[in-house]
Amino acid sequence: MENDNMEKKLENLQILVNHLTYHYPDGTIALKGINLNIYSGEIVGIMGKNGAGKSTLIKTFNGLLKPTTGTVYIENDEVNNVLMSKLTRKVGIVFQNPDLQLFANTVEDEIRFSLKNLNFTKTELENQINLTLEKFKLKKFQNRTPFTLSGGEKKRLAIASIMCRNPEIIVFDEPTIGQDAEGVEFIRNLIKEKHAEGKTIIIVSHDIEFAIDNIPRTILMADGLIIADGPTNKILSQDQILNIGSLISPQLIKLSKFLIDLKIKVPEDVYIKENMVQFLGSYFKDKMGITEGGKQ
Amino acid sequence: MNLIKFEDFSFKYDQAQDFVLKDIKLNIESGKFILLCGITGSGKTSLVRAMNGLIPQFYHGEIKGDVFVKGKNTKNVPTSTLSRDVGLVFQNPENQLIAMNVEREIAFGPENIGIPWDEMDSRIKECIKITDIEHLRKKAPFEISGGEQQRVAIASILALQPEIIIFDEPTSLLDPKSAIQILNLLKKILLEKKISTIIVIEHRLDIVLPLADEVILIDKGRIIEHGEAHYVINGEKFLNSGVNIPKCVSVFQKLMNQNIFTGKMPISIEETKNLINSIK
Ligand SMILES: Nc1ncnc2c1ncn2[C@@H]1O[C@H](COP(=O)(O)OP(=O)(O)OP(=O)(O)O)[C@@H](O)[C@H]1O
Ligand SMILES: Nc1ncnc2c1ncn2[C@@H]1O[C@H](COP(=O)(O)OP(=O)(O)OP(=O)(O)O)[C@@H](O)[C@H]1O
Ligand SMILES: [Mg+2]
Ligand SMILES: [Mg+2]
Repeated sequence: MENDNMEKKLENLQILVNHLTYHYPDGTIALKGINLNIYSGEIVGIMGKNGAGKSTLIKTFNGLLKPTTGTVYIENDEVNNVLMSKLTRKVGIVFQNPDLQLFANTVEDEIRFSLKNLNFTKTELENQINLTLEKFKLKKFQNRTPFTLSGGEKKRLAIASIMCRNPEIIVFDEPTIGQDAEGVEFIRNLIKEKHAEGKTIIIVSHDIEFAIDNIPRTILMADGLIIADGPTNKILSQDQILNIGSLISPQLIKLSKFLIDLKIKVPEDVYIKENMVQFLGSYFKDKMGITEGGKQ
Repeated sequence: MNLIKFEDFSFKYDQAQDFVLKDIKLNIESGKFILLCGITGSGKTSLVRAMNGLIPQFYHGEIKGDVFVKGKNTKNVPTSTLSRDVGLVFQNPENQLIAMNVEREIAFGPENIGIPWDEMDSRIKECIKITDIEHLRKKAPFEISGGEQQRVAIASILALQPEIIIFDEPTSLLDPKSAIQILNLLKKILLEKKISTIIVIEHRLDIVLPLADEVILIDKGRIIEHGEAHYVINGEKFLNSGVNIPKCVSVFQKLMNQNIFTGKMPISIEETKNLINSIK
C-alpha cells in the first residue's frame, strides 16, 4: 500500500527542483539551494519575507531565469534543454506587477495577443476572446487601454490573459492584491475550477487570510532557502516559523489560540470561520443564558 | 483645521462615459489616520489623484466644483507646489522609481526642494530605518523584489516630509509582519506630529482598521459613509459594500444576525479578545 502510493506519487511528479541556486548579474544570490517536489493537481502556496526569493524561484519554472547551478524539471523536461515556447505553453505565470505584463492598446487585443499561436481558426479565436472577456468581467472595458484600468481591474486582466491559454501549470504571483470581496471570491472559484480540471496551481502570496482558507500546502522561504513545507494551518500557527518567515497568524488562528490559553475547550478546526461562528454562538448562549430564539 | 477640502467636486475622465467622482463634499482634517475603502473601480485612486492636482492637471476631463489643499485651488496651483503639501505613494510602486540606486532614489525629492545636506542625511537615515532597507542602499530600484520596491517608494515619499501623506495600497506587496510594522511606525510619526495626516487606501482592511481613526467609504464615485472607524464598520452600508470584511468582524456580524450578540462589533483581534473576556 505504502509503496503503491509512493509510485503513484512519483509518477505524478510534475515539478522537480534539485539543488537550485540563482545568482543575479549584480552578484545577488537569490536562491541558495532549493529542493522541491510539486505533484500534478496540487495547490501549493509559497510564502515568506520580502526578498526571500519567491518570485525568482517561480521565474525558473518557465525558463525566464536559467538556473545558475542545479536543475529544474517540468514533467520530463529539464528547463535548460527545452524550447522556451514549449515551456511557456505548459507553465502560465501571472506576474506580481500587471504593468509589466500588459502592453496592448486595448483590453481585447491583450487577450487576442495571448491566444496567438494556439492554432485557433478566426471564428474560434474571436469566440475565445469573447468568452474570456465575459468570464473575467472585462467586457465593458473591451476597447479601453489597459493603462487606464483601476488597480483591481488591471490585475483581473493580467490573470485573464494567462488563463485563456489554459496552461497545465498555473503560477500566480500575488493574485489577491487589490481585490475586493467579490474579486477574492472570483479567484477562489477560479482556483477551485482549475483544480477540479486537474491543473497544478502554485500561489505566491502574502495574503494569510486567503491562504488559510484556500491553500492546503505551504512552502515557506527565507533568504533563498525553503525553511518549512507543510499544511498551511500548521505553518501559520507555529510561533517559531512565523518569526523566521516574517508572518503573522490569520485572525481566527489568533483567536482560537487565545481561547485555548483561557482553558476554554475548542474544536480542533475552530479557525475556520463557520466553525468559529458556531462555537462562539454556543459559548455566548451558554455564558449569557440565552435561549433559542434570541436574548432574554 | 481643514487640510483638504472638496466642494461639490465631480470629475469625468476624457475617455470615460460616466463621472468617476460625483458631488464629493469632503473635509480632511489634521491629526488623523484615515482609511479610504471601497470596491474595485469605486474611485479611490481617482479621489486621491484629485487631492494633489494630478486630476485635473495630468488627467484631463470634465470638472465640476473645486478642491483646495491648504487653501490652494488644485486647478491653478501646479502639482510640483502641491506635492510639498501632499505626498502620494502610487498603487504600483515600480512606476514611481527612477534613480540609479535606492539611496539616490530617497535623496532625489528632498534634494530637488533644496533641503540642506545635514538635514537630508538624517531624514534619509530615518526613512531607511522605518522601511528597513539599509541592506538595499546601493542596489538599483529595478533590481529588487516587489516588496522591497514598495518599501523604497514609501521611504522616498516620507523623506519629503509632506504634511499629508497618501498611500495607495501600501501593504499590497509587503509580507504580513513588515506590513504591520511599517503601518505602526507611520502611526507613530503621525502621533509625534511629524506629519499631519495619513490617508491609506487598502483592500486588506484587517491590517489597517486597528490603526484607523476615520474611515471613508466610497461607492460608484460617491462618498457613502465617513466617520469614526467603529461607527462606520458597524453600519449597514459598510457591511453590504463588498469590501473585504475582516474575519473577526464577519464572525460577530453572523452572531448578530442570529440574535446572539448585540453591541459594537470588534475592529481588531485585541478588541475581540476584550469582548470575550468581558463575558467570561
Ligand atoms: N533583477 C534583479 N537583480 C538583482 N537582484 C535582484 C533582482 N530581482 C530581485 N533581486 C534580489 O533577489 C532577492 C530575491 O528577490 P525576489 O524578487 O525573488 O523576492 P520575493 O521573495 O519575491 O520578494 P517579495 O515578497 O518582495 O516579492 C532579493 O534580495 C532581491 O533584492
Ligand atoms: N485614465 C482613465 N480614463 C478612463 N477611465 C479611468 C481612468 N482611470 C480610471 N478609470 C476608471 O474609473 C473607475 C475608477 O477607477 P479608480 O482607479 O479610481 O478605482 P479604484 O477605486 O482605485 O479601484 P481599485 O481598487 O481597483 O484600484 C474605474 O472603473 C476605472 O476603469
Ligand atoms: Mg516577489
Ligand atoms: Mg486604485
